[in-house]
Amino acid sequence: MSRHVLVIEDEQNITAAISFILSRDGWDVSTHANGVDAVDTVRTRAPDVLILDAMLPGRSGYDILRDLRADPGMADLPVLMLTARGQAKDRARALEAGATQFMTKPFANGDVVDAVRVLGGV
Amino acid sequence: MTAVNLLVLVSLAYVMVLFLVAWAAERSAARGRGAWVRAPVVYTLSLSVYCTAWTFYGAVGYAARSGLEFLTIYLGPTLVMLGWWLVLRKLVTIGRRQNITSIADLISSRFGKSNTLAVGVTLLAVIATTPYIALQLQSIALSFGAFIAHGSGPASEPVDATRVAFWSALGLAIFTIVFGTRRLNVHERHHGVVLAIAVEAVVKLFALLAVGVFVVWGLSGGVAETMARIDASAIGRWEMQGSRWVGLTFLSAAAFLCLPRMFHVLVVENDDSRFLRAASWAFPLYLMLMSLFVVPIAVVGLDLLPAGSNPDLFVLTLPLTQGREGLAILAFIGGFSSATSMVIVATIALSIMVSNHVVMPIFLRATGTGAQVSGDVRAVVLLSRRAAIAGVVALGYIYYALSGGGEALAKIGLISFTGVVQVLPAMLGGLFWRGANGRGAVAGLAAGFIVWTVTLFLPSFGPGVVYSAETLANGLFGQGWLRPQALFGIDGLDPLLHGLFWSLVLNVGALVAVSLVTFPRPLERLQGAHFVNVFQQGGGRVERSTGAAQSEDLMIMAQRILGPDEALTLFRQAAEDQGLGGYLPEPDAEFLERLERALAGSVGGATAHAMVTQITGGASVSVADLMAVADETAQIMEYSSRLEAQSEELTRTARQLRRANRKLTRLSVQKDAFLSQISHELRTPMTSIRAFSDIIRAGGDMPEADRVRFAGIIHDEAERLSRLLDDLLDLSVLENGQVTLNLREGQLATLLDQAVATAATSEDGARLAIVTDVGEIALTTDLDRLGQVFINLIANARKYCDAAEPRLVINARLIGGRVIVDFTDNGQGIAPEMQDVMFEKFSRVGDQNAGGAGLGLAICRQIMTRLGGSIEYVPGRDGAVFRVILPQQAEAQAA
Repeated sequence: MSRHVLVIEDEQNITAAISFILSRDGWDVSTHANGVDAVDTVRTRAPDVLILDAMLPGRSGYDILRDLRADPGMADLPVLMLTARGQAKDRARALEAGATQFMTKPFANGDVVDAVRVLGGV
Repeated sequence: MTAVNLLVLVSLAYVMVLFLVAWAAERSAARGRGAWVRAPVVYTLSLSVYCTAWTFYGAVGYAARSGLEFLTIYLGPTLVMLGWWLVLRKLVTIGRRQNITSIADLISSRFGKSNTLAVGVTLLAVIATTPYIALQLQSIALSFGAFIAHGSGPASEPVDATRVAFWSALGLAIFTIVFGTRRLNVHERHHGVVLAIAVEAVVKLFALLAVGVFVVWGLSGGVAETMARIDASAIGRWEMQGSRWVGLTFLSAAAFLCLPRMFHVLVVENDDSRFLRAASWAFPLYLMLMSLFVVPIAVVGLDLLPAGSNPDLFVLTLPLTQGREGLAILAFIGGFSSATSMVIVATIALSIMVSNHVVMPIFLRATGTGAQVSGDVRAVVLLSRRAAIAGVVALGYIYYALSGGGEALAKIGLISFTGVVQVLPAMLGGLFWRGANGRGAVAGLAAGFIVWTVTLFLPSFGPGVVYSAETLANGLFGQGWLRPQALFGIDGLDPLLHGLFWSLVLNVGALVAVSLVTFPRPLERLQGAHFVNVFQQGGGRVERSTGAAQSEDLMIMAQRILGPDEALTLFRQAAEDQGLGGYLPEPDAEFLERLERALAGSVGGATAHAMVTQITGGASVSVADLMAVADETAQIMEYSSRLEAQSEELTRTARQLRRANRKLTRLSVQKDAFLSQISHELRTPMTSIRAFSDIIRAGGDMPEADRVRFAGIIHDEAERLSRLLDDLLDLSVLENGQVTLNLREGQLATLLDQAVATAATSEDGARLAIVTDVGEIALTTDLDRLGQVFINLIANARKYCDAAEPRLVINARLIGGRVIVDFTDNGQGIAPEMQDVMFEKFSRVGDQNAGGAGLGLAICRQIMTRLGGSIEYVPGRDGAVFRVILPQQAEAQAA
């Protein structure tokens, strides 16, 4: 069973950190840095779990997520949404857009690993 | 038949005709068929009481003595009639609405139903009218005399002029009593008398025209010949004195309004205010016809009659000397008509005043009954009226007998006018100025009356009678400034103009001054509003406490004063208007006012007011009542305008509040957005720091190279955090204006070089080629802050210029004391939608992560504002162009 995680995040250093901790946990990690062609990337890479930043250059994470949920092939894709804005309305907005789980930056590394495991059904 | 007998017979016959006319008019009016009696033409003709014997005979004499000046006597009334819209319309409307019975009643009513004023005006009117009545008697006696002297030769029956005057006076008194006081009428309208007056008006006009036609075509031989005579005579060469013309025209206009008899026919006898419109052109026409032949008769008389003939009698003597007895008798009847109509109307008007304002108040007080009158008071009223008529005519006769009917009497006409005109300021002030009050009116009248007496009335008796010659020359009490005909040392004025001028000036002055410094009583205030705003009246009455008022008491009182029928009609009508049956209306304010006006017709406004007030519980109008009267138009207007202002202010406040609210909302949204942004900007580096420090702390097997790389990331992100905090603090300080500028002098080129060097040393700045093209520009400003802006702009160019070989050109110039520095790169420039917002906080240009928090340009803008300059993006060029403008010499401002 493949364990593929796609990380869509524009902050290089954050992407690096997530990649490192998930790789160490045994996941295949691929990354993508902007919002414009994110949906296509998800389609082609077809990850088991998607980690999506809410604020991306070009297109917001919420819009990307809505598009994904509208696609029958990806309606059930587990998505962990990350945001640097920690207000309650941001969480509500994320869940409404179709996020499976929501997490605020900065996060504890262990929490991300646990969340991805749960989402990936491990 | 002797001439005397003939004249007496003709006069008696004429009077009989008048009796019949008056009687017929009364009868048909009583039967309700009197429409023809109340017609505009009758009203217009009745106004001709203005033309007395003094006008009928005297105008010709006046023309013979003073040329065309006699025209002023017609000019004044003509102007008043033509300008009826201004004064007469208001006067008549008020007269009808307030049931005004005389000019004394008008003044008294206007100024709070004051009895003092009513008595004052009445006295003034009697004093000023008496000589005038004497003048009429004199004219009758003179015309008799002229007839006799001519007709029957020198030796026959000498006529005692005084006896003629006596019998005339007696006859007039009887006629007036019979028709003027036949019945008591709440409206004081005497249709019989008015119609008789109208007939007399026609007779005198006809007589004068007949004599005129005879003179021009019969004696002179036609119009052309008459014109030639006029040109040849002295009259054509009379010099016009401008001041006398203006003064006399004004005087006659004022007298036309104020003379008791004129007020009576104009206002009291007015049946329909629409009649004024017709009279406004018809009466001037009448006056024009009356004056048409005056000059020809005067000129021909001077030519044909022996020197020394009295020109005042030319109208009569011209036909007589030519043997035209019939025409002479017609002329006599014309003069007789003029005299009698004046005496009749004047005595009626005066008797109303004397009875209502003097006799009845005294009677009611003397009998001590007040409102609890017993018996039928109407008999008393009628008796007092009749006595007053007899008294006034008697006064006139006595004056005539005492003055001896000499020249002195002839001059009294204009002096009498001037006396009556003293009422004018109070009248006009009352009609048009709400501020005029009773004390002011009393002061004005008193001042005018005293001056008139001193300067005109007393001197009219001639030197040695009242004044000694010495007094006239040296002044009263030896005071030079009190010379009766040169007050305050102003000499050389025509005595009449002098008296007119000073009496009116002091009259008006006293009225205005006293009105301004004293406070009107509430009732005066209310009446003032009624009068001045008569045309925009809504309801306008005083709310009186009527709880104790007894309609039955009022009814009993009204029956005794008005008579049972009249009172019953009034009460029943009022009850009907209130929607009640029977004859006892609710004694509300409207009814009480109506009743008061009706009573005022018999006992005067002041007494009527006192009586009604006594029955209705003694509640006089208090200030509190007045406050309750919302109808005082001006108060309403003032109130509503205040409301309007208030609501306008409310609207304005609401608008301001809305604007403030919008601003607060916007600020609140901005604050939320700002906090959200800050949160994001801070959390992002913290996320990296936390994640990598977790990794390092967790230990485990990790290549040393990774550990070093991770530590480097933590370091960089920590620096990014502190830069961000620095920028935020910087911006906060700049925005709050807490910056102290450190002004120094320096060279722009040096500053730019330093900035380029600083920007180049950070990170990989070598990629950007920078060309500076800056001449020698010295400037005084905060060099550190300006350098910060330059560094920021150079760094932005390095970060965002997307050309293959990025290049930045910096050039500067000095225009009008302002330094302009352009930073031009060779990239694509900035998208239009970003140009507007990029100077805002947290706005970032471009997609790529350039590491900034979007505060740089916001800080630059704040700095430039503090330096007294600006920073802007110049659109429409190749590449991005930022332009910095600042004053060469910054002002040491307290920022």
